[in-house]
Amino acid sequence: MKAVIAENLINTYDNGRVRALNGLSLDVEEGTVLGVLGPNGAGKTTTVRVLATLLKPDSGFAQVAGIDVAKEPDEVRKVIGLSGQYAAVDETLTGWDNLIMFGRLYHLSSKQAAVRATELLEQFSLTDRAKSPIRTYSGGMRRRLDLAASLIVKPKVLFLDEPTTGLDPRGRQDMWGVIDELVKGGVTLLLTTQYLEEADHLADEIAVIDHGKVIARGTSDSLKREVGGEKLEIVVENADMAATREIVAKVSASAVAVDEGMRRISAPVTTGSKALIEAARLLDDLGIHPLDIGLKRPSLDDVFLSLTGHVAEEEKESEPVDARAKRKRGKQSE
Amino acid sequence: MSNFSNGVSDALIITKRQILQLTRVPELLIFSTIQPVMFVLLFRYVFGGSIATDQPGGYVQLLMPGIFVQTVAFTLAGTAVGLSSDMQKGLIDRFRSLPIARSAVVFGRTLGDAALNIVVLLVMGIAGYLVGWRPSSGIFMITLGFLFLFVFGYAMSWIGVLIGLSVKEERVAQNVTFIAVFPLTFLSNAFAPTTGMPKYLQYFAEWNPVSTMVAGCRQLFGLKNEFGATAGSFPSEHPLEMSLIYMVLLMAVFIPLSIRKYNNTSK
Repeated sequence: MKAVIAENLINTYDNGRVRALNGLSLDVEEGTVLGVLGPNGAGKTTTVRVLATLLKPDSGFAQVAGIDVAKEPDEVRKVIGLSGQYAAVDETLTGWDNLIMFGRLYHLSSKQAAVRATELLEQFSLTDRAKSPIRTYSGGMRRRLDLAASLIVKPKVLFLDEPTTGLDPRGRQDMWGVIDELVKGGVTLLLTTQYLEEADHLADEIAVIDHGKVIARGTSDSLKREVGGEKLEIVVENADMAATREIVAKVSASAVAVDEGMRRISAPVTTGSKALIEAARLLDDLGIHPLDIGLKRPSLDDVFLSLTGHVAEEEKESEPVDARAKRKRGKQSE
Repeated sequence: MSNFSNGVSDALIITKRQILQLTRVPELLIFSTIQPVMFVLLFRYVFGGSIATDQPGGYVQLLMPGIFVQTVAFTLAGTAVGLSSDMQKGLIDRFRSLPIARSAVVFGRTLGDAALNIVVLLVMGIAGYLVGWRPSSGIFMITLGFLFLFVFGYAMSWIGVLIGLSVKEERVAQNVTFIAVFPLTFLSNAFAPTTGMPKYLQYFAEWNPVSTMVAGCRQLFGLKNEFGATAGSFPSEHPLEMSLIYMVLLMAVFIPLSIRKYNNTSK
């Protein structure tokens, strides 16, 4: 069963001049994780806002946990959790205060709210900071508390909007761990991210969006296959480059790429590790010791580049195209 | 539980949050009361000497109702700044994603701001007493006077809701409310007689809700209505009735507008 369905969502602002969503369609199978991947301004947050009942689309259909978002937003609110960029907690209050307040707003009794707050603080390793004001928390702790607040009533569908944006590597690792645990617990998750490795790590399926539209979807592996298979990459000393180039040409049926600066020679291969071993053997025969040798699978960066023709560049969501162009011109003249 | 009682309890949770904020950050409460007390002292001793009045007990008797009204009128600043800050930080989005009544957050907020006014009015009353304010109308009328002030503050707070949800930034909310309320409190009978103003301003001052509130409170605190406009107009003759009309009008206009704004708001 599909836990989330969005069909042909269109959302414009600035009197129709800017299209945040331009016919976006996606769905999430119950109990799975969909990673919505795209640069800033692609429409990720707008998608989440529509599905979480915060924003009415101009047209299109959305359904969450079998409930029509436009017709019964109150029913949807009972079964969703929302956290990330656009949800927040009260910084002057303590973590405990916040969880109690949100628990009460979900109509738990004082006692139930206290029990749930205790559980969640424990689950998110925040127990010892429960009575400190949120403004004294680190970024990672804040995000964890924010996430905890969205889990008070064990939502059927959880929306996480860029859950790790702005966190340091340690904070991101912690957050991934926490999300992994949730997913094991069986929650349906729609997660937006601009970090390619994050989608790769957390999501069962990925929808790549650009300019308010899904431009590709599939598993991380299938998207990578779409872009092309594995590449053999060898880095050698300058003196060995010519010989290495010949060896790579032998094991690959495709064109060989040479990066002089990086002293890297690479080519697509279809036989995987067999090609790698063959190349290593031939190098060894000639007494060449590569500085680095390996099979490289295309990254999601490569996926994005090949799908959109541009790298995952940052675009400011609220800015119309002409303003952006102006800004770029302005920068050049500086 | 019915929808209505759920809605009320949701609103009270939001109100409780604000009271909790005051206990977690006591500076909020301290500075909300220091400023009005400072006004009492400044006006009492700076203007008190130069504004002539034959009122028994002197200028401070006229001043206190004026400062009370000014202070509760500024409730809308607290409301606007608080809401726009919540909006900026994404809290409003979170509240809107919860299964709670659509009006709970704004009702809770205005109630919380009104609750703060009780403390502020009490502290100001004590400060006024210390510098010579002696209302002479008896406990019932004095209480009624404070009740008027409380409700007026609550009504003004709803203008703050609309401002807070409409501006994009906390600092803008601060400035907008200041610009909206400051002239209103000075183009009135609150601190000086309106008779010194140009004719058209006198006319404005006469109908200004701040003036009718000040004149009404002076009556309730047992003064003769000295600074009221002299034209014998309805607001100057019936300041209490006129104030009630203003409060009802404010709430009838701004409550529905604010709730609509809350429902359609987006960061």
